[in-house]
Amino acid sequence: MKQVLAKADAGCATSNFLAAALGRLPGAGLVPHIRARAFEAYERAGLPHRRMEAWRYTDLRTLIGEVLPLAPRPDAAALARAKASARLVAVDQAVKLVLVDGIFAPELSDLGELENELHVQSLREVLENSATGAMAGLVLSTTDDAVISLNAAMASDGLVISIAEGNTIRRPIQIVQVATGSSVSAFTRSYLQLDKGAHATVVQSFISAEGASGYQANDVLIALAGDEASLSHLRIAADAADAVNISSGIIAVGTRAKLDLFSMTCSGSINRYQGFVTLGGEGSKLSANGVNLIKDKLHADTTIVVDHAVPHCTSRQKFRAVVDDCGRSVFQGRIVVRPVAQKTVASLSTRALLLSDQAEADNKPELEISADDVTCGHGATSGALDGNLVFYLRARGLSEKDAQMLLIKAFIGESIEEILADNLRDFVTAQAEHWLQERQ
Amino acid sequence: MTLLEIQDLHVGVDSREIIRGLDLMVNAGEVHAIMGPNGSGKSTLSHVIAGKPGYEVTGGQILFRGEDLLEMEPNERAAKGVFLAFQYPVEIPGVTAMNFLRTALNAQRKARGRGELSTPEFLKKIREVAGSLNITRDMLKRGVNVGFSGGEKKRNEVLQMALFEPSLCILDEIDSGLDIDALRIVASGINGLRSPERAMIVITHYQRLLHYIVPDYVHVMSKGRVVKSGGKELALELEACGYAQFETAA
Ligand SMILES: Nc1ncnc2c1ncn2[C@@H]1O[C@H](COP(=O)(O)OP(=O)(O)O)[C@@H](O)[C@H]1O
Ligand SMILES: [Mg+2]
Repeated sequence: MKQVLAKADAGCATSNFLAAALGRLPGAGLVPHIRARAFEAYERAGLPHRRMEAWRYTDLRTLIGEVLPLAPRPDAAALARAKASARLVAVDQAVKLVLVDGIFAPELSDLGELENELHVQSLREVLENSATGAMAGLVLSTTDDAVISLNAAMASDGLVISIAEGNTIRRPIQIVQVATGSSVSAFTRSYLQLDKGAHATVVQSFISAEGASGYQANDVLIALAGDEASLSHLRIAADAADAVNISSGIIAVGTRAKLDLFSMTCSGSINRYQGFVTLGGEGSKLSANGVNLIKDKLHADTTIVVDHAVPHCTSRQKFRAVVDDCGRSVFQGRIVVRPVAQKTVASLSTRALLLSDQAEADNKPELEISADDVTCGHGATSGALDGNLVFYLRARGLSEKDAQMLLIKAFIGESIEEILADNLRDFVTAQAEHWLQERQ
Repeated sequence: MTLLEIQDLHVGVDSREIIRGLDLMVNAGEVHAIMGPNGSGKSTLSHVIAGKPGYEVTGGQILFRGEDLLEMEPNERAAKGVFLAFQYPVEIPGVTAMNFLRTALNAQRKARGRGELSTPEFLKKIREVAGSLNITRDMLKRGVNVGFSGGEKKRNEVLQMALFEPSLCILDEIDSGLDIDALRIVASGINGLRSPERAMIVITHYQRLLHYIVPDYVHVMSKGRVVKSGGKELALELEACGYAQFETAA
């Protein structure tokens, strides 16, 4: 079955494909209708392209051209390969929930170790349970973003996690998304709800099993941090060198709630992470940070939209990119301050370090401020390592590579140090050091 | 024993010749002062000895213990015992002074075939040298030189000199920007490191420093050459008459 979901000429005559795929996608009753509507929304827009402001630097029509057919359900061999890879990225203390080729794999997950206050279901379970039909509409919601609509139409599985009022989940929840196939795509969609005063840490790791290549991953995470809740979300994309990963996070933050977001991309060929955060309750706080480590021909785009919808909210963002070889880094940071959102404090700092002559970085900060009593600032830089610093270190006994490495670590450390939990910070640091070692 | 031997050195930057036939011979145990007006090429000479990229050596040679120094990477030179205290030490945000000192010291020890120091050994060593230079624990926790005053930066250079135990120390205007108290601290730190195995090249614009660090030899540099060499009394002569007489000589 070599069928293509959407052509470079923007998705004509592909509805047949949805019809063909529907049989393999979960959900009866209303669900297929919701999927069809989402697919129509996708078809109307087609793959995003450079003439759309939000996708200016990441033209999917030229970068990926087409959406690949749905990955087959993983067989025993695929699960075994996925298991071997998932073990390598396990975060210290975390409970693992594993999705393989877009399908939840309970046999690879630590379901027996879940804390009582943590409720986990697979998306498939939720969609197939008619009693939760209301959930279907919520989970498969679309936006005017075509890749999110496509995800709503095609989502094959994901996790639906909820934590009731006042509960703290001690161990990090790690969703490991493994691709085992080649030239196929996986659409995953997860839903995370923290009720009032709940606390949790959710790590999302995108990886490939040995031998997987040229696949496409499209993931959406919808999260709600209720009033006074605290959510720490870490996302790490370490896909196969020729893989595409398009991930979207849609996160709403309630009154006096806190969201700590960290995104790291360290491999793949085309990567887009788009986070849409709405600070919708007064006194809520966002700390959004990330590091992109880019080499070869990787194109890594981080796009963050923060909506200050109410007064007295704070958002701080620090993103760093290290770009080597022919890599390209894109950072777009849009901060919207609504007319009512007085006393907003928002800051955004993006810096790119270019390690080769062909490396490229695009920084686009956008401030849309409609309130007058606010404190907003942004700064963006890109440039090479400072030769005087490198020489100072070499004159003190460090080799050129070690000198560069120390300076690069310091550079990305500016963002990594924002991760509060020691085990997560150490995990990210170790991944970054691994990337740096491989560069040598 | 001869540590450093520079013969007929010519160095250019952007096809402009800055060092124009310079000779210098430094033996173990000696302290040489190089004096000269701004722009005479003193820092260029120190950079070329340390191996800074961007300079083109168009003639002559530099031998260190008889080996061709110009063939070595800067870190190899450091491991062999060449140390340059920079005229303008850089700030390195995000790399704590402590981490930097330890990384550098261990890199040099490794290159010299010695094992890495354990944490307690390292801390003990740091305490020994930091105290006498008035370098506080707080300064060592900060990024290298970040937020340091001019004097603190210079003291930090001397701290490294004490820590790395080099055999040739080149001090490029270690006195610039120092008030008299800071100068005393720095000079006594340096004097404490004088030894029969170690040589020093003290580069300065002013005679003042040489009251505190008394040299064995003084060389006057002008327009990329050593135009006069003598004993410590030459510095006094310069103080009285200035550099003007040598500028015409060059
Ligand atoms: N990187 C460089 N590029 C161009 N000119 C330089 C560079 N470094 C030094 N020079 C020039 O070389 C001459 C000597 O400079 P320098 O060695 O710094 O002198 P000093 O330390 O004696 O004051 C000056 O004229 C200076 O402008
Ligand atoms: Mg100078």
